[in-house]
Amino acid sequence: MQRQSRDHFDASTIPDDLAPIATVLSKMLPGDWRSLRPVIDRRKCVKCSLCWLYCPVQCVTEKARWFEFDLAVCKGCGVCAQECPQRAISMVEEAGR
Amino acid sequence: MSSTAGAKFNKPAFVVCEGNEAAAIGVGLSRPDVVAVYPITPQSSLVEHLSQMIADGRLNANLMNVEGEHAVLNGLQGVALAGGRTFTATCGPGIAFMFEPYVRTPGLRLPMVASLVTRDLLSPQCVWGGQQDAMVVREAGWIQMYCETVQEILDTTVMAYKIAEHRDVMLPVNVCHDGNYLSFGVTRVELPDQQAVDEFLGPPNINWHIALDPERPMGVDPLTGGAGGPGPRNFVRYRKGQCRGMQNALRVIREVHATWGERFGRYHAPLIEEYRLDDADYALVTIGSMTGAAKDAIDTAREAGERVGLIKVKTFRPFPLEAMVAALGKVNRIGVVDRSVSFGWNSGPVYQETLAALYRTAKQIPAISFIGGLAGADITAEHFARAIALTRETQFGRAQEPVWLNEND
Repeated sequence: MQRQSRDHFDASTIPDDLAPIATVLSKMLPGDWRSLRPVIDRRKCVKCSLCWLYCPVQCVTEKARWFEFDLAVCKGCGVCAQECPQRAISMVEEAGR
Repeated sequence: MSSTAGAKFNKPAFVVCEGNEAAAIGVGLSRPDVVAVYPITPQSSLVEHLSQMIADGRLNANLMNVEGEHAVLNGLQGVALAGGRTFTATCGPGIAFMFEPYVRTPGLRLPMVASLVTRDLLSPQCVWGGQQDAMVVREAGWIQMYCETVQEILDTTVMAYKIAEHRDVMLPVNVCHDGNYLSFGVTRVELPDQQAVDEFLGPPNINWHIALDPERPMGVDPLTGGAGGPGPRNFVRYRKGQCRGMQNALRVIREVHATWGERFGRYHAPLIEEYRLDDADYALVTIGSMTGAAKDAIDTAREAGERVGLIKVKTFRPFPLEAMVAALGKVNRIGVVDRSVSFGWNSGPVYQETLAALYRTAKQIPAISFIGGLAGADITAEHFARAIALTRETQFGRAQEPVWLNEND
């Protein structure tokens, strides 16, 4: 993970039961609690980029002929499926996870 | 955030003032960096005095006039996170509007000081004194100290900063004084010397542990996790730490009161005051300014041969369990006088917590709940004489209903 700041501050000097502070980024990603997963139909995708523009967590990645989703980050909101003019994206239940 | 020039109160060595001004003088002596205020009866004159002190240059602090109590405390949280010493004052509907940042302050371990000029809560519509507001927020995590006299307001306000900022405590303090009776009660007050107060308090270090500071980059109050994410262990650890800080405060409050007595010659009971209790057969339990009239009534009853004493609660949060147990162990009957109501218990909150402390004495004694002084009503020596007589006669099973002292006034 990329460092966010200079290392001026040693958090270990402060009791760990005192005040809620954070000095490292949490790796908790939205994909942990997604209930619907976007699935793209590669034949319909024309790479118009609307999904890429609309995605609130910016999990859309570009492939040679279509767009794909980083499922570790996607929270399953479905905005991409709603906005896709080609109806190339469908939201599928996350079953059995 | 300069603290080089502050209030100057070296001469005269005493003034005649109301309780709200005494609180303002105590704040001035403590040299806060920022005072954020919003007026509300019966607290308003307190912030008027502070505003005037700042306008006159007697107090070198920034006055933050904001749109309401919610903004007051959110603003002051920012000040404290930046390292500033803060002050505000409120009561009644004001603390109700302040509630959201109010409950966050102890969890952030910000050592703020705020006067709570206690007022009865609405409705019925009422602008007068009572301790319902303070009792409603007694589980919010703030330290609560209830003053008996105008002098004690001044002294406790200064002491509150030393208690709050102690490294083993790091919790906000409410200095509670009764609306009307103390807020507007005018008496002679001795003034501590500014330099002596400076030495007593020492330089503030507010944000050594949690800060908005580019040199110490950190996330303040991140999502700590419960059922999801990293699990509840971090949250539980912080809660345990908060409870430990509260328990540490019992020791620190005693130490700070002792030091204050040594430096300034005025010894106030830090947790529990015992009055004519050692040879008492039964006792009243009181809190706040009502204690003065109660002590007069105790003296009168003593002259008539009654073996009655008094237990005054100064510190209610954290609850002074050991001190209360020691006091309760000396008597065989108690009558507890509350200036507020516990709706769920059909009695007073101080009464209920006194009963809880009785468990630790390993004895059962008859107890009776009195409720008086609601909506600014006066609890007179005559009311206390009646309370003393009823406490002497109380037996197990006889006091299912509280006695409402002012119901016919």
